[in-house]
Amino acid sequence: MEIAVDERGYYGEFGGAFIPEMLYPNVEELKRRYLSIMEEPDFQRRFRQLLRDYVGRPSPLYLAERLSNHYGATIYLKREDLNHTGAHKINNTIGQILLAQKLGKTRIIAETGAGQHGVATATVCALMGLQCIVYMGAVDIQRQAPNVARMRMLGAEVRPATSGSQTLKDATNEAIRDWINHPEETHYIIGSVVGPHPYPDMVARFQSVISEEMKWQLLEHTGNSDPDLVIACVGGGSNAAGAFYHYLNTPAVRLVAVEAAGKGIHSGHSAATSVLGTKGVIHGSRTLLMQTDDGQIIEPYSISAGLDYPGIGPMHAHLIKTGRAEAVSITDDEALNAAFSLTRTEGIIPALETAHALAALDKLSFKKTDIMVVCLSGRGDKDLAAYIEYLDSHGL
Amino acid sequence: MDFNHNRIRQLFDRKKENILNIYFTAGFPRLDDTGDIITALGDAGVDLIEIGMPYSDPLADGPTIQQSGQVALRNGMTLPLLFEQIAAVRSKTDLPLILMGYFNQVMQYGETAFFEKCAEIGIDGLIIPDLPLVEYKASYRDTIESLGLGFSFLITPQTSTERIRMVDELSRGFIYMVSNAAITGAKADITRLQIDYFDRIKGMRLSNPRLIGFGISSFKTFSTACEYANGAIIGSAFIKALESSNGHLSDAVAGFVAGIKNEHGEQQTQSFDPLKN
Ligand SMILES: Cc1ncc(COP(=O)(O)O)c(C=O)c1O
Repeated sequence: MEIAVDERGYYGEFGGAFIPEMLYPNVEELKRRYLSIMEEPDFQRRFRQLLRDYVGRPSPLYLAERLSNHYGATIYLKREDLNHTGAHKINNTIGQILLAQKLGKTRIIAETGAGQHGVATATVCALMGLQCIVYMGAVDIQRQAPNVARMRMLGAEVRPATSGSQTLKDATNEAIRDWINHPEETHYIIGSVVGPHPYPDMVARFQSVISEEMKWQLLEHTGNSDPDLVIACVGGGSNAAGAFYHYLNTPAVRLVAVEAAGKGIHSGHSAATSVLGTKGVIHGSRTLLMQTDDGQIIEPYSISAGLDYPGIGPMHAHLIKTGRAEAVSITDDEALNAAFSLTRTEGIIPALETAHALAALDKLSFKKTDIMVVCLSGRGDKDLAAYIEYLDSHGL
Repeated sequence: MDFNHNRIRQLFDRKKENILNIYFTAGFPRLDDTGDIITALGDAGVDLIEIGMPYSDPLADGPTIQQSGQVALRNGMTLPLLFEQIAAVRSKTDLPLILMGYFNQVMQYGETAFFEKCAEIGIDGLIIPDLPLVEYKASYRDTIESLGLGFSFLITPQTSTERIRMVDELSRGFIYMVSNAAITGAKADITRLQIDYFDRIKGMRLSNPRLIGFGISSFKTFSTACEYANGAIIGSAFIKALESSNGHLSDAVAGFVAGIKNEHGEQQTQSFDPLKN
């Protein structure tokens, strides 16, 4: 069974475009044009050139020897943290800004949780000379302050979202409302594989460069382009979608999606959507989401702003429900430990989001001969305040 | 059920202009106000009532309706309770009642169970702004129509002619004309650009009646809307009136509706702009 989005925008039973009529013309135009624009040779040339010369791709595939020794298997890190702006998010924003230009849009909006997507959007807007407005939950503005400063330096306006739990979900609500209010000149650069069709597929395609590179890099390193496991954290799921993309239809490659369990899956302070979620509609797509019996969305919690989201992209809902991907839930403390462990064994400070993917190594069963790739989705500069607090309180 | 017996259909058969549809969020300002608001609106002479099912993440709504929904949820409003409240008030009013909410609420209740419950308690029509035409047609139209329920789709200034024809084919009861590209919220004026859009749609001679909503807030904006459509829908401005009702619900409702229907009627929430030509 081939895993890909169908014509109606569904992955199995998940996906679609559940949007108010006000958004229909914009989403329909995107749906009609995204594939043909992305296939234009001129678009591909500019996209590839910017990824190489501006973002710094290909990102290295690094054999983490001390980490491998610790776990007793072969572990590669796909170094998305070394991209310009410090995370995988820029792969998508480069693609979408070129697309927005083709569509003749002059005003760019985005939502952000950890601030990495906001920074990546503000960056490409500065690069192209376009107006940029980023919605960010008021709580996230506090806990990811360095990225707020970067966005402002880049010339973006950061607007606080003050409803709900004042995090990523609420920032996304505000961005969607902004788009409803400014339908003509605005393009909404969604930061993950969420939202109405065609966003999940479009963002997955832009991020698919991650596994495209992994294939030839692994071939160079090991003589085989397929690893045994690919591990990535999932907020909405864009770095995971990119790292899984070219392995989706290779069942021998285990795909591991790691989500945030906050203070514990059943603690009432969690974002473990694959366990706690049921079928519903969030931000325009039918997927798994955390909700009450009465269909009200439950406010999620995670120490990681980028994973603090009550849904997952429809592609991941499909992969998990059909058993193609395994889901692992990691608590705040497990993630913090994993961040220190990577930093002290390999000299790499990961983002809090990424630390969840690393912590999954403690939970998974694998063989000594297994070759694993962990998507190192971002660097931890933005999280130093949380890390230092942990360091001081745990005498590390 | 035959749609000819539907109260929305009967209303539009009887009355073609100046139709006033008032929206309120169920459970606001107090949990048990639903029945009283509905009877007060009936006494004040409105034609149609749109009951909002409060939702945690209402994407198409502005701050006023968002906040009323938050209060309603905090008050403890749920769908089963709302259905009870509506069933209880149905025997006291013959006004058409419309439920407005988001598709996730319907999904979680169970789509078919939700539609059947609506029909059973005497709901006449539905507005679910994030249920798209294609999904409606493929999965829900047959059930909804066989239950005799109406369903209103939205159109906006950006909706293509071809799509408006599709909306006209699939809507039953009336078409909801979103007055401009925006989320809900009271606005002071109607612009030239909006008038052009109202005129264009009027000229299409659609088979469904049209009500204009979003930004209608006063005698003046209501009157203008009524020149170009069969009537209009008022939400945020009414909710603001309820907000400042201080427990005098029926007075607040009567005063608000009088201020909309009548140039010199009392209107408590905002100063009145004389109609300028
Ligand atoms: C470094 C990093 N990794 C992962 C994520 C989660 O997003 P996604 O699941 O779309 O990859 C974020 C989001 O902010 C991030 O900044």
